[in-house]
Amino acid sequence: MNSAGFPLLSLIVFLPLAGALLVLVWDKRAHASIRGISLGVTLAVLALTLAAVALFRPAEAGMQWEEHLPWIPTLGISYRLGVDGFSLFLLPLTALLFVIAVLASWKPVGSDEASRSAVQGYFFWLLLLETGVLGVFLALDLVLFYVFWEAMLIPMYFLIGRWGGERRAYATVKFFIYTMAGSALMLVAILALGYFAYQSTGAWTFDWQTLRGLNLPWPAPLWLFAMFGLAFAVKVPVFPFHTWLPDAYGEAPTPVTVLLAGVLSKMGIYGFVRFGLQLFPEGLRTAAPWLAVLAIIGILYASLSALMQKDVKRVVAYSSVAHLSLVVLGVVVANAQSLAGVVMQMVSHGIYVAALFLIVGMLEERRGTRLIAEFGGLWKPAPLLGVCFLIAMLGAVGLPGLNGFVGEFLLLVGLFQSVRAYAVLGALGMILGAWYMLWTFQRIMQGPAEGRNADVPDMRGADLLVMVPLLVLIIILGVFPNLILGPAGATIDALVGQAAAVAWLP
Amino acid sequence: MNIADVQVVSILPQMIMLAAALAVFLADLVWKDRKGIGLLALAGALAAFAAAAGMLAGSGAPTFQHMAAADRFALVISLVVSAAAVLALLISLDYVVRVELPAGEYYGLLLLAASGMMFLGAATHLMTLFLSLEILSIALYALAGIRTTDLRSGEAAMKYFLLGAFASAFLLYGMALLYGATGSTYLAGIAAAVPQKPADPMLIGGLALLLVGFAFKVAAVPFHMWTPDVYQGAPSSVTAFMSVGAKAAGFAALVRVLVTVFPALYAWWVWPVGILAVLTMTWGNLAALAQGNVKRMLAYSSIAHAGYILVGVAAGEAGVSGVLFYLMAYALMNIGAFAVLIALERAEADAAGVELARMSGLFHRRPWLAAAMTVFMFSLAGVPPLAGFFGKLYVFSAAVRSGLMVLAIIGVINSVISAYYYLRVVARMALAGPAEEVEPARCLGLSIGTGIAALGTVLLGLYPTWLFNLVQGTLAVLFGG
Repeated sequence: MNSAGFPLLSLIVFLPLAGALLVLVWDKRAHASIRGISLGVTLAVLALTLAAVALFRPAEAGMQWEEHLPWIPTLGISYRLGVDGFSLFLLPLTALLFVIAVLASWKPVGSDEASRSAVQGYFFWLLLLETGVLGVFLALDLVLFYVFWEAMLIPMYFLIGRWGGERRAYATVKFFIYTMAGSALMLVAILALGYFAYQSTGAWTFDWQTLRGLNLPWPAPLWLFAMFGLAFAVKVPVFPFHTWLPDAYGEAPTPVTVLLAGVLSKMGIYGFVRFGLQLFPEGLRTAAPWLAVLAIIGILYASLSALMQKDVKRVVAYSSVAHLSLVVLGVVVANAQSLAGVVMQMVSHGIYVAALFLIVGMLEERRGTRLIAEFGGLWKPAPLLGVCFLIAMLGAVGLPGLNGFVGEFLLLVGLFQSVRAYAVLGALGMILGAWYMLWTFQRIMQGPAEGRNADVPDMRGADLLVMVPLLVLIIILGVFPNLILGPAGATIDALVGQAAAVAWLP
Repeated sequence: MNIADVQVVSILPQMIMLAAALAVFLADLVWKDRKGIGLLALAGALAAFAAAAGMLAGSGAPTFQHMAAADRFALVISLVVSAAAVLALLISLDYVVRVELPAGEYYGLLLLAASGMMFLGAATHLMTLFLSLEILSIALYALAGIRTTDLRSGEAAMKYFLLGAFASAFLLYGMALLYGATGSTYLAGIAAAVPQKPADPMLIGGLALLLVGFAFKVAAVPFHMWTPDVYQGAPSSVTAFMSVGAKAAGFAALVRVLVTVFPALYAWWVWPVGILAVLTMTWGNLAALAQGNVKRMLAYSSIAHAGYILVGVAAGEAGVSGVLFYLMAYALMNIGAFAVLIALERAEADAAGVELARMSGLFHRRPWLAAAMTVFMFSLAGVPPLAGFFGKLYVFSAAVRSGLMVLAIIGVINSVISAYYYLRVVARMALAGPAEEVEPARCLGLSIGTGIAALGTVLLGLYPTWLFNLVQGTLAVLFGG
């Protein structure tokens, strides 16, 4: 098992699965108790992840709470979990957003009667998804990682396909095929790595730690990185692999969009660091200029697209692409500031983008539309909604004192140190970001409230319950970023050391 | 010859299957209870399964006069075939009554075919190889055409018979050349002679003809033309069984011949097999994309899966265990998928199989049936953590190990293509509203069969280790023959 003797990480990963099975055998007409079980399970997972944070030893850079069991010994595949300062905060982020998603699903989800009444199935898939996501962040065996990574597609397929908007069938198939196509080559790369290990040690292994120590003959690191990177690029998504995103984000029900943007997109970034930077530093180094160009195109293209959207959900969706492209750029330059920015921004983005998508959901629920032109002057009838929107939006545009600022500032400092042009273009993206965000806010919240906008109901208790924890975190993390950067510090230093060891960019 | 040397015990599972077939034929003369005969057949298949499993657990690898071996390779094939037979019989119990098939002939021929498949997996002599192939083929020709009132069924039998006869001729000619080149009809004898004359044109010619013959039998492109029509025209339970059993047996013989007899000629056969694999995967998947009939779609998907297995064959010795694992996984998920189709089929109108539209909204009508079908579809598409994924992982890792990374790459790309048409079935069941109000059949045997297949597909995915261990190193014994 592990040195502590207690399988904390396994418990975190498989508790949602147990909850899913419980939901499955529960009386399917008892909607209230199914929701209650789901909330209880996700809260318990949140508590466990917070325990993991509390028990984490910040001075150590390596993996902690490692677990190891043989799984398929004939092929050297094993069950290995572990957490370090890089993945640590993704756990409570994931757990929190799943709690939020369950709360946001308290009212029936779906666009027709049949799906709205299928509460059991919805929560079954939601909990299964949580196991998949947590497994991805914790798996340290490449095949196990791939299993979690791919298995997650099944719950996602149903969550979008059954409970999504009008074009849900199209959106979900597109999402599934895109992601599966992206990760197909990753499987071959994983097998190739296992074979390289076999050649040098005489035994197949997919253990991440062992594979890091392999001396791969050039140009193997480059093409292996490319095969892995394609999977991550689709997931983030990096331009030009983003075309599934507007459809999937747009058609998914609000709680699922929150998870897609808040958590699933982080899997791509996580992959770039854990399996790109750490497994193939030389490969990433060689591919860096190309990846940087794609990321910069992504920042500018997504920002300009966001400016032009008529649908507020799509504005947030494109803004998410732009912000994550900046994070990818931070991985590419891989210096101390940019990597700290990556760690910080992964968590920050997850929180404010979740808040933004929840607000979009509330707007849609109140007015039955997402077209920005249909809104106007909502601040008067719904001031609380306005305040929440304002805080989340300012967090996203990087107002100092809120969480988005810390990450973006660190990222820009890191970019400036490596390649000034990147920093300039990244800052341009931030300016565009402020423009489309403020403009969207202005068109929806300010001005005269006419027609149906005049009597839009404000946020109520349930809405506030979902929103307030996120807003509080936006402020707390903005003021005390060391809550995250402190414990992650040793790991970030180690990552910087690895990157520097292969003579990074000028 | 001393009678004690004739180790009949080494072919015990096959003999049980054969005895059960004869018992069914005899019982049919006096007993008119369709279900009863079905249960008798089921008992026989279960006994054969138990015998194979018991012999696998035991030790020693006796051979039957060097004509057939009871090595672990053969026993695993016996296990796969008898498991497929058990599942096929379970899903037939109600189907045979519903579409009014002649019970005695149906069950008897099915068991006979199964015994032929098991013999084929064990054959270590050209004569046993050919005879067992004919036993299974002739039984399957008759089974394909057993629905005598249906023209499609007749057409299927005719096509299968004509092309099957062609394939047999190729095989026979190839065997003759092999005998001419090496002077032996024992596989071990041929294997011993091969290294002495590696570039003998007669030997290469024999090998090539054997390859063509087996390619016909396992439905590899471009020798697959019979498959869609036969699979669609034959009764669904027969299609389920032959798509799995005949494939397992055909691949068993192919692997045994290529890996034990021709390792010295690996460089000669790896590329033909590799090219066959690429063509088979790609064509099967592309053609399946265009199908609106689920049964025909599964026929093309079956061609595609033959392609994935061929990737394992091309990997040579490294791929043997992957091929065996894949065959077991495929048996579970494919028979399961056919079981669901059988539940949806209605007597006369559906002789050509279930249209995609019939699946609409199945999740609302029969959630467990739809859930099982979802498991089979995702597993066939190779999504983890299901059996099909580990099958692919195993054969593709063997390909990478043998330096055939390009085959692995084409294989994973094909998996993505296949996901599209498997997902279409899931989408119909889960995302569309109910279209036709046809109440799917409810029958205990069918439910048990579907349940075992679904459970097996999931468990083999979550914990594939025991089967991985079982199929490991079956080859070491092969060389001893």
